[in-house]
Amino acid sequence: MNAVNLSMTVVLAVLYSVGFYLLLQRSLMRVLLGIVVLGHGTNLLLQLIGSPPGRVPILGIALPSEFTDPLPQALALTAIVITFALTTYLLALGYRSWVLVGHDEVQDDLEDRRIAQRERPEASMGEETTGEDDAEDDPGSAAASGDPVDPADVGGER
Amino acid sequence: MLGLVVAHLVMAAVLPAVSARNRRAAFGVAAVLPAVTLAWALGNAGQALGPGLDSTTSWAPELGLAFDFRLDALGLVMVVLVSGLGALILAYSAWYFGRRSRDATRTAALLLFFAGVMLGLVLADDLLTLYVFWELTSIASFLLVGQSGEHRANRRAALQALLVTVFGGLAMLLGIVLLGTAAGTYRISEIVTDPPTGSAVTAALVLILLGALTKSAQLPFHPWLPAAMAAPTPVSAYLHAASMVKAGVFLVARLSPAFAERAVWWVPIVALGLGTMLVGGWRALHETDLKRLLAFGTVSQLGFLMVLFGTGGRIAAMAGLALLLGHGLFKAPLFLVVGIVDKVTGTRDVGKLSGLGRRLPSLVVASVLAAASMAGLPLLLGFLGKEAAFEAFLHDGGVRNWLVALTLLAGSTFTVAYSARFLWGAFATKPGLPATEADQPSRGLTVPVWITALSGLVLGTLAPIVDGLARRYGAAYPAQDAVERDYHLALWHGLNLPMLFSAAAVGLGVLAHLRRDALTALHRRLSHPVSAQRGYELVVAGLERFAVRVTGRLQVGSLPAYLGFILLTVLALPGGALLAGGSWPADQAAFHTAIQLPLGLIVVIAALALVRVHRRFTAVLLVGAIGYGIGGLFIVDGAPDLALAQFLVETLTLVAFVFVLRRLPAHFTEKRPPRRVIVPKAVLATTAGILFAVLGVVASGARTAPATASEEFARLAPEAGATNVVNAILVDFRALDTLGEITVLLIAVAGTVSLVLATRHDRRRGTQVTSGSGTPEHEEELLG
Repeated sequence: MNAVNLSMTVVLAVLYSVGFYLLLQRSLMRVLLGIVVLGHGTNLLLQLIGSPPGRVPILGIALPSEFTDPLPQALALTAIVITFALTTYLLALGYRSWVLVGHDEVQDDLEDRRIAQRERPEASMGEETTGEDDAEDDPGSAAASGDPVDPADVGGER
Repeated sequence: MLGLVVAHLVMAAVLPAVSARNRRAAFGVAAVLPAVTLAWALGNAGQALGPGLDSTTSWAPELGLAFDFRLDALGLVMVVLVSGLGALILAYSAWYFGRRSRDATRTAALLLFFAGVMLGLVLADDLLTLYVFWELTSIASFLLVGQSGEHRANRRAALQALLVTVFGGLAMLLGIVLLGTAAGTYRISEIVTDPPTGSAVTAALVLILLGALTKSAQLPFHPWLPAAMAAPTPVSAYLHAASMVKAGVFLVARLSPAFAERAVWWVPIVALGLGTMLVGGWRALHETDLKRLLAFGTVSQLGFLMVLFGTGGRIAAMAGLALLLGHGLFKAPLFLVVGIVDKVTGTRDVGKLSGLGRRLPSLVVASVLAAASMAGLPLLLGFLGKEAAFEAFLHDGGVRNWLVALTLLAGSTFTVAYSARFLWGAFATKPGLPATEADQPSRGLTVPVWITALSGLVLGTLAPIVDGLARRYGAAYPAQDAVERDYHLALWHGLNLPMLFSAAAVGLGVLAHLRRDALTALHRRLSHPVSAQRGYELVVAGLERFAVRVTGRLQVGSLPAYLGFILLTVLALPGGALLAGGSWPADQAAFHTAIQLPLGLIVVIAALALVRVHRRFTAVLLVGAIGYGIGGLFIVDGAPDLALAQFLVETLTLVAFVFVLRRLPAHFTEKRPPRRVIVPKAVLATTAGILFAVLGVVASGARTAPATASEEFARLAPEAGATNVVNAILVDFRALDTLGEITVLLIAVAGTVSLVLATRHDRRRGTQVTSGSGTPEHEEELLG
């Protein structure tokens, strides 16, 4: 039985709140900072859920029974590195956005907004029934299932 | 039995190869398997009429799934319809489709595929197996009605058929699961012998009925069936008259012995069935297209069958079984006749055909046989069924039964009238119309018509054969009185009330046909804007508009809004589960070691300040402070490796930020948004943050013992030649994960470098980028 202690709970709550809040902003830079903060929060969460503070998991320094759980540490170590990779990439993306359009703000997707303004679907499954019937041959007729008619033959009769 | 079904499907798969050489041969080859199936079923008739023939093939035993099949009296009748008529209609198709017809290849394969899955459906003794085949027949119907999709009428009809039947099918699946759970088994034979009870069963029955009513085109779902006449005539004859539309009736017939006493079962079936019978019959009286006339006739007859199978009396069930067989044997040849008429004259319009009877006398005889069976004239199978149907409701003389009997009489009158109208429309010489030109149809087209029409006569005359089948099925109901116990299907019961009803139906029907002009005038006067077809269109259009509205509200094009929706979902679902099931650990320490407090304070202050700063550089420094603070906490927790990596990465991140910040403006450029935007965001983020913290507490509280994997890692670390367990995990035990991590790094590096180089390239060339997402030009282009 172990538990996150109360002070760490507060730290977690603040980190996640700030991370989410920044994520909801429009500036790409703030969004990026939000992701970094969320990454920190998650790494801390992994450690705290894993086990209460214990001895360093290195053989020869402590007994295995006194170890903190090494598995969350390994997971968090991977997570730290990947967060770093993501950060640099987003940073480059924000930079590129700034160079191209003069700011680094996330724009609204105009295509999506156009869909949102639409009142009725562009193409409808039921719409065809109200449209004018085109002068096609009856598809259920025997003629439609017969041999395809050579257009050259028909031409003479018309 | 599974073997037979699978053989159909395999054969259907290889059929296109045959078609490529010879279209006609493909239909011939396809007809072989259904014929074999029919022979197999008739060969096993003795056992089917006795205890029933069972076969089980295990599918997924861990889940209790198995292909259970069973051949009994009802199954035998359905196999005759599915395989017997299937073989004949496939043979007919060989002559119906042109030698070079483009549709023939796919139609042959799909018809055989359909024959296979329909066979599976009628033999299934397991509700889930039945459901699988049920939906497969819907799909086969969609493909066959849709044809190549070139014609609007095909597409529309195929979609309508699919939407309506699959909607019912999905409801039915839910019902099946409820029923199976309540009964503890999905085997139909076990459910019928020991029917479950309870409110869940009531709901299950309503849902299953929805599936049966949609599939069998009952009011108000019926319009899809006449619309499906856009398919080639053999397809209509097979799927939409003889077999597939009977699936709903079949399911009702299967389950009625268990549930017919419940009002939730018989009331909707009888009410809707009677309504369907009347509406279908009435509409058939006014159709000018012979095929649509027959389609409405089918709708009407399906309503009749529903009533017979749904009421749950012994005689009604016997009548139902006789008519089930009878309907297939008279409706299929009538459709085939329409196909022939269409083929030799080029029209199916009642107003254009005239004098055809003189040119095709033998076809007239066959048609009269079939139509007379439909009208219920003596000596024919239809008569046996109709007599029994009247007897079923007349013999005990209750008010309810009399009402049903009188409605059936009205429906039968319509049936007689539209049977007469069919014969008149197709073959009569009409005054003022020139005799229609017609070629002689080939034998391949007429022989199947004759076989089916004659079998109706033979089975009608040899009443004991059908009687044996019907009594075996009727035995599912205990006899209520002596009349029920001793009732036999027979051509002559003496002069009695049912006989009078039959005669009245014929007399009134013929009268109605003679006064057809007056009836059509009445129909015109009664025409009103409310119709089931209009209802279907409104529902579909409404659904589409609803979908557009929902999409419009959720997909607003703004990233913060999207993230907000996701966060809300996280709050609602895992948050709800947490509130419902999580338990707060009993012993909560304020801190584990005192040094956690100052470190945590640094992190909290830096994080809160981060929200308020306007200078980019300050923000980056604050993030760095958070990172170092957390590294410190890692050390306290006993994770020096982690802390080391954290410090290193934090430093590198800081360097990377500084490189970019050199070029960006010092302050955040975005305008400060109004309060009404900030407050919801802050509330949402805070709530989500608290949720995660609580999640952490509850999750750690739920843990009662150290992970076994971790102990294992510690034990094995010396063998990996390591003293640091974390290192051993990363480079040895979970080395593949680390490889994946390195790959991610590599991809990120490639992306970053190319972005930076592209920017540098642009600068050097001095290119001005004037288009692209977000520029004024782009916005103008999009919004017009």
